[in-house]
Amino acid sequence: MEALEKLGKYGLLLYRSLRSLYEFNTYKKNLINELLKIGYESVPIVLLTGVFTGAVMTIQTAYQLDLAFIPISVIGAITSESLLIELAAVITSLVLAGKVGARIATELGTMRVSEQIDALESMGFNSVSFLVLPRVLSGLIMFPLLYIFASVSGIAGGVLAGYLSGALPPAEFMEGAREFFYPWDVTFGILKAFVFGYVITSVSCFKGYFATGGAEGVGNSTTQATVLSCIYVLLADFVLAAVFL
Amino acid sequence: MIEIRNLKKSFGSNLVWEDISFTIEDGETVAIIGRSGCGKSVLVKHLNALMYPDEGEVIIDGDNVFDLEYVALRKMRQRFGVLFQGSALFDSLNTFENIAFPLEYFTDYSEEKIEHKVNEALERVNLAGTGQKSPAELSGGMRRRVALARATILQPDFLIYDEPTSGLDPQTSEEINRLIISMAENLKITSIVVTHDIHSVLEIAGKIAFLENQSLWWYGTVEEMRNSDNKELIDFVTASEYQIRN
Repeated sequence: MEALEKLGKYGLLLYRSLRSLYEFNTYKKNLINELLKIGYESVPIVLLTGVFTGAVMTIQTAYQLDLAFIPISVIGAITSESLLIELAAVITSLVLAGKVGARIATELGTMRVSEQIDALESMGFNSVSFLVLPRVLSGLIMFPLLYIFASVSGIAGGVLAGYLSGALPPAEFMEGAREFFYPWDVTFGILKAFVFGYVITSVSCFKGYFATGGAEGVGNSTTQATVLSCIYVLLADFVLAAVFL
Repeated sequence: MIEIRNLKKSFGSNLVWEDISFTIEDGETVAIIGRSGCGKSVLVKHLNALMYPDEGEVIIDGDNVFDLEYVALRKMRQRFGVLFQGSALFDSLNTFENIAFPLEYFTDYSEEKIEHKVNEALERVNLAGTGQKSPAELSGGMRRRVALARATILQPDFLIYDEPTSGLDPQTSEEINRLIISMAENLKITSIVVTHDIHSVLEIAGKIAFLENQSLWWYGTVEEMRNSDNKELIDFVTASEYQIRN
């Protein structure tokens, strides 16, 4: 019963967000601000995650394959394919669930318990279009871009690790990557990032917007936002794989 | 004029109050008093539909605020200024930006005019020159005054004060009381003040609504309160005065 009530509240919050799409002047400033926070400020952590994921993937693939019978370019193929289809989107999203999701839930939760959201409403503002909509829109726009950054840096990390560890030269890596490259993989990765961006920002907004109970309540909301975002990302990942692959 | 008719509110199985009815005339200052947790703040949050009741109506100029569509409700809310208990200043904005905030979104004033209006509002609350300070740099009393400047910047018809002097020292409380009186007199604002500070009530209020036993226990003027023989009201006032004396 409680779960249904929460689902209803979540649905209403999103409905109110969608309904206020036309109020561009209300959320324009916050949208720009959020695009920078979610996108620009996440680039370093995304690049770092991508590089290390690609590097580890390359070294572990080289370790696991019996290269006496398989061409070494397969390492490049496996690494790049794994990154494009799965790892760049999922690992980046899990990292961003902590960085972006926690920030959103804490910000909105603090605004809720310190009556700042009430203050907005009492002034005649649509607090949903002012606070929730720009965050969700920014997630939808920036996560696919961050996925591209993660993919490129992951492949670069793979090339570098392959070269430094002596597992395979960069040319072999890229040959394997090119040979098994399908444009659909990138489209699928972007679709995943789009969905994950929506999941993380909307869940975090929901948890923060309806936070109760002072500092402890904000802490709980932040924890729940992060944990639920991670779980829903993994669930969405499975559903997308089952439907599209 | 605000007419409150037969309001009833509960949270789950806990009844907050029921059958609350009274009228606030234009230009009046009404104090809502009662023990902590009796639902004073909950009651005022119904006046501009920040909360919805289980039953009852709040009529403003003929419209029940609970029946208004969201867009009309937002228009109606702009007729209210609210001074929240914790001031509710936006952390990410400085003092100037906090006060300018409603002007930027709800008027087409030029930057110069907004600056002029904000400086005027800061002077009105005796905070000239503090525009660049962030809320974290302000004392509790200063935060209340900034919040008051923000609440009155659009010259609302009604101003709700939620515990405006709680947690402040007597001198700062006195200053806030004087500001409430000056806002009501100079800006001709109808004021609703939630408080349990009897000293403030005697100083600022024209009428008093006393919440007790989950209902509106007593309603009348300050003069009527002084002469009242209502036991619960006398007990509440006496206890408060005892606190002030000691």
